[in-house]
Amino acid sequence: MAVGKSIIRKEAWDKVTGRAKYTNDFKEPGMLHASLVTSPYAHARILSLEARRALAAPGVHAVVVGEGLPLTGEDMRDRPPIAVDKVRYYGEVVAVVVADTLAQAEQAARLVRVVYEPLPAVGSPREALKKGAPLLHEHLDRYEKNKTTHPEPGTNVAHRTKIRKGNIEQGFAESDVIVETSVSFAPSDHIAMETRCATAEIWPDGTIHISASSQSPFMIKKLLHAYFGEETGKVIVHTPLVGGAYGGKAPVQLELLAYLASKAVGGRKVSVWNSREHDMVTSPVHIGLEATVKIGATKDGLFKAMEILFLFDGGAYSDKAIDVSRAAAVDCTGPYHVENVFCDSLCVYTNRPYATPFRSFGHCEQAFAIERAIDELAQELQLDPWEVRRKNAIHPGHTTPTQVRLTKSNVGNMPACLDRLRELMHWDEWQRVEVDAYTVRAKGIGAGWKTSTIDTDASSGVILTFNSDGSVNVISGVVEIGTGTKTVLAQIVAERLKMDVDQVHVKMDIDTQTTPEHWKTVASRGTFMAGRAALAAADDAIRQLKDIAACVLRASPDDLEVGFGRVFLRDDPAIFLPIKDIAYGYKFPNGNAIGGQVIGHGHYILRRLTPLDPKTGAGKPGPEWGVCAEGVEIEFNRRDYTYRIVKAYAVIDAGKVLNPKAALGQAMGAMSMGLSFASREGFLFDKEQRVLNPQLRTYRPIRFGEHPEYIVEFVETPQIDAPYGARGIGEHGLIAMPAALANALSLAAGVPLNKLPLVPELIWRTQKGDSYGSV
Amino acid sequence: MEETTKRELVLSINGERRSIVARQSETLLFVLRDGLGLTGAKPGCLNGDCGACTVLVDGTPIKSCMMLAIETVDKDITTIEGLDDAPIQHAFVRHFAFQCGYCTPGFIMNAHALIERRPNADEATIQEWLESNICRCTSYQEIEAAVKEVLEAKKAKPTDP
Repeated sequence: MAVGKSIIRKEAWDKVTGRAKYTNDFKEPGMLHASLVTSPYAHARILSLEARRALAAPGVHAVVVGEGLPLTGEDMRDRPPIAVDKVRYYGEVVAVVVADTLAQAEQAARLVRVVYEPLPAVGSPREALKKGAPLLHEHLDRYEKNKTTHPEPGTNVAHRTKIRKGNIEQGFAESDVIVETSVSFAPSDHIAMETRCATAEIWPDGTIHISASSQSPFMIKKLLHAYFGEETGKVIVHTPLVGGAYGGKAPVQLELLAYLASKAVGGRKVSVWNSREHDMVTSPVHIGLEATVKIGATKDGLFKAMEILFLFDGGAYSDKAIDVSRAAAVDCTGPYHVENVFCDSLCVYTNRPYATPFRSFGHCEQAFAIERAIDELAQELQLDPWEVRRKNAIHPGHTTPTQVRLTKSNVGNMPACLDRLRELMHWDEWQRVEVDAYTVRAKGIGAGWKTSTIDTDASSGVILTFNSDGSVNVISGVVEIGTGTKTVLAQIVAERLKMDVDQVHVKMDIDTQTTPEHWKTVASRGTFMAGRAALAAADDAIRQLKDIAACVLRASPDDLEVGFGRVFLRDDPAIFLPIKDIAYGYKFPNGNAIGGQVIGHGHYILRRLTPLDPKTGAGKPGPEWGVCAEGVEIEFNRRDYTYRIVKAYAVIDAGKVLNPKAALGQAMGAMSMGLSFASREGFLFDKEQRVLNPQLRTYRPIRFGEHPEYIVEFVETPQIDAPYGARGIGEHGLIAMPAALANALSLAAGVPLNKLPLVPELIWRTQKGDSYGSV
Repeated sequence: MEETTKRELVLSINGERRSIVARQSETLLFVLRDGLGLTGAKPGCLNGDCGACTVLVDGTPIKSCMMLAIETVDKDITTIEGLDDAPIQHAFVRHFAFQCGYCTPGFIMNAHALIERRPNADEATIQEWLESNICRCTSYQEIEAAVKEVLEAKKAKPTDP
């Protein structure tokens, strides 16, 4: 009825009329505003901080500094919410000024005098690992951490994940050829159009009211408890619509500042809202990577061994970067069967903005390394790169790098995705053609897979309340960050209750006091987990409706069906009760009543997941692996090294497409983000690791008219315990895009392009060699 | 310090006269949002780079973060809240031309002005107009489809409002 249709998103008209409200749209008289004072150095000792003049400025209520605050961090507590003694990245917060207006706060922020003593800054993971490199965290051994985090004190290694599968020496011994490829790219940013914002207010009774543009409203409660001892029951988080997130709003940062600022002004409401510049560098960024991949293979391209080193640029603090580095390790080989795997994935401290999840959670990053290596292997062996991928494609019966046995349900159909991609791209017709003296057209492909690497006890709940007109309200903790998940939940509920989806209303805003928890809106797990919870809630409601109707209709509940706004006898639908007559209980003609408002509830918790074994990585990180095959076609100008992305393709195993247009939008949007990242995004650092381009004028995401033609298709291999078989699709469009673009351009330019972003200058430099002059 | 620089402004917004006391250095965006509660125009960069704050001033799409409120006295301002069932709004909904919705008001205002001002826009013109806005969720292909559909419909029925 509703599943499989392109239902218009529930909040669509709010969004095209300006009615849709985001965190920073809620203003009230008397609310105070904060401005952040940030570090102009990437690594420096703070010698003194003088706030007297700022405090005396008009409208200023407080200047909050870092002394005495607990350390924070989700996996390891290494980050002061406001820097003390030392700053470790350009843009790090050193003070928060609170004033009546934003203008006053900003003016006063300029009056805070901080004296720094610059320290040598560490600029990349490889540099950070060199002997004698400056240490970012001298007391790495003292930090509180969870059991799954393994820092290496005395170094800049925040965490190391080890994957040991099979026998790597034997694998290489059985190989006819071994190819080694190194890739790298600097940190970049999510650039959600809504910059992050948080407000906090502490009421006289001690309740803490936070509003936040966040993917993790429920985590904010937990962390305020963990860091500051606040009772989770007294923390109430409100999250309205979120203006784009892509992983960047999963970490908790400004919320802590808003809370501290409110505390400093007697609990008054304070708003902390990022300028674009702060949002890009002060708040967490998209992780950078330096990687080396060694593939051993037979002459005909069969993989025998992979040795992989991922050096993730976690920046100054580990926070969620640890998890990202782990997630990349979990799926380190890409969607291929490799019996012998040796992978070390390190989260390395550098003096750069600290990193956090970016859509695909470590996977577009690792895929860039693996897929470039596969193309180089194919070239070495003079084999078709598509053939090499097809020959090694993962399928049920194989095991993953963390030794999970794959089934027909828990992995998508990789061969089918590759086969369809080959047809769509007319791969066999040509892969490189010279159109004229300067113009070359070329195609490149890549493949990807992903499971979620989230907490093993992550759960999701849904409540369904009925209205007296028989319609239903869906209340779920999934944040509407733009993915349309809440509309899909309405479809799932409508399908189960066999009712019109227009009769299913969705509560968009989150209020953690009244909304059941959804762990975090991340990892493409919204539809799966909240969908399962919604099905359970619908079943619960159906049971209640049947119980009431059974009494009235004098029939066993077993003989009743719910659908089309009625509860009816299965063998004679003419005998029925309208749902609206029982949604609030049933009143008999004589005034007696039974039942009460029908309130269905359901929950879902991930099952049988385990942490990774610290020595081998063995363990089950997620419930299923979605797969995708992707490609791009480019037109490259050999004279000026510019290029145009002509077409971009993706074939994604969606399990089941629940909302075709929404699914296409997710896939195409992710592809666009991947192409933008790969072709033009990345922070530029000077030698002191200061970010030179924290503005949208100098950091320029893809714009209208620069977009290629997008061609997307879905394969449907159901995940049998997911709602209607649906797999996560919010991230897969991105995974192989950077690699596919690099593969196409490498073929066009005739040189291996193993760095991002793939700007013309990079291609020129790679072709001419580094010594060929400078600009 | 500031009080002396404040003054009353009477602005014509969405067909209504609205009076507001604001600092003379206040941008139109700030006055619309914080002074008048018209939060449809969004701050995205406050630097004219992203287009999320686009409104129409005498029918011309303007990044309201780049214009002082005081400059708009005696001009007609249209914000997304003042757009009444415009074809482009329907087209955006039909084509799934937005996801998170944050850039949408700016994009729609710009596209609406394009359709009104340049009904015969060719590819290059469409690109020139729309490249001033950033959308981070969609692939732009959806937005392109929505805008072109409205332009085509307008060409087919040129007398239609």
